[in-house]
Amino acid sequence: MLTMVPKTGPEGMVAMTAHPEDGLPEDGTGQLQAHFDETIERGRRIEPRDWMPDAYRSTVIRQIAQHAHSEIIGMQPEGNWITRAPSLRRKAILIAKVQDEAGHGMYLYSAAETLGADRADLTDKLLNGRQKYSSIFNYPTLTYADVGVIGWLVDGAAICNQVPLCRSSYGPYARAMVRICKEESFHQRQGFELLLTMMRGSAAQRAMVQDATNRFWWPSLMMFGPPDDQSPHTAQSMAWGIKRHTNDELRQRFVDMTVPQADKLGVTLPDPELKWNAERGHYDFGSVDWDEFMAVVKGNGPCNAQRMARRRAAHEEGAWVREAAAAYAAKHPLRRGEAA
Amino acid sequence: MAEDQVRSGWPLYEVFLRGKRGLNHVHVGSLHAADPQMALRHARDLYTRRNEGVSIWVVAAADITASSPDEKDPFFAPSGDKVYRHPTFYRIPADVPHM
Repeated sequence: MLTMVPKTGPEGMVAMTAHPEDGLPEDGTGQLQAHFDETIERGRRIEPRDWMPDAYRSTVIRQIAQHAHSEIIGMQPEGNWITRAPSLRRKAILIAKVQDEAGHGMYLYSAAETLGADRADLTDKLLNGRQKYSSIFNYPTLTYADVGVIGWLVDGAAICNQVPLCRSSYGPYARAMVRICKEESFHQRQGFELLLTMMRGSAAQRAMVQDATNRFWWPSLMMFGPPDDQSPHTAQSMAWGIKRHTNDELRQRFVDMTVPQADKLGVTLPDPELKWNAERGHYDFGSVDWDEFMAVVKGNGPCNAQRMARRRAAHEEGAWVREAAAAYAAKHPLRRGEAA
Repeated sequence: MAEDQVRSGWPLYEVFLRGKRGLNHVHVGSLHAADPQMALRHARDLYTRRNEGVSIWVVAAADITASSPDEKDPFFAPSGDKVYRHPTFYRIPADVPHM
């Protein structure tokens, strides 16, 4: 099921989902805003049918949608290696991992729908390029070591980003993140174990791991987004409790976590400026090439066109399945519980 | 069949899982499916990949009737002032055993 994105119309969204304005007085906004602010202030969760400011709703939808799209597109770089996995064990692990990414996308689309977003509309926005996904997935996976490095660095960075989001002020998003973070832990550990295995192998295998690390290190640091002074929405998002730390804080945390892991692995992180700063209690590191980041975000990364073309083709090729399922359901009303 | 019909033909289902015997079913999320059987199968694939459940309910979201969202809603007011429904309301001497 997970290779296709099911579709529905807005009439499907009733119960647990949004009808926020139902029965609310036109002039009661001030009081509603105060109640919303107080809920955030007390560290409580906003739940789907609560009143919330329009900007909060649209920002959370955008954040969740971008995250969901990233999970869906994120199946491709690793899916690329399923047919060429070096052993049945690695193949089973990789299939399970890619299936998890699809699952994460589904949890997140489900959370976005509780805010009144329409699934089909979100899919269209991804396919039309009107909503983005993480720039990291626009880099190619050239060797099997990339599968390991993606698990270690890319999923490691994702965990860094996502653990604080388990406390997001928006309840359904926070709950989806709890589930996702549990599963990401398997992703990171399988990657690290893969790399440890390769590092115990031949010189050529060790060189592959180093090469993959060299290619993915900087793009992984870009996953945290632009530096704080170029991230204009951070303050509002933190005030709303939908972001818990700034981009630079999370990037630093990731570097600090990763350096000792690289030592254990025996690879060199490709940054000559990387060194421990005892005064700060953190590692110093070189500057990220933000021009490259912006180019990839704007569609000019190595694989942007390929990823989108693949996604569109998968969607179109799945159309007959969606049509057949709908036709079957229409012919079997008993299965829908419509008869007595 | 037109794409529009397909879209409107896949309703939203809410998914409830019983984590293990002895526990209630708990809401875990939602998904789209053409019919309840498909919803059940998708729910298994999506929400129980790691033995998270021993039983699944799927319910068409359109069939759920829910209370209004605001917790200050008067709907819940009747229980707000009935402190005598709680055991702590009653003062009993400390030396009364087993109470």
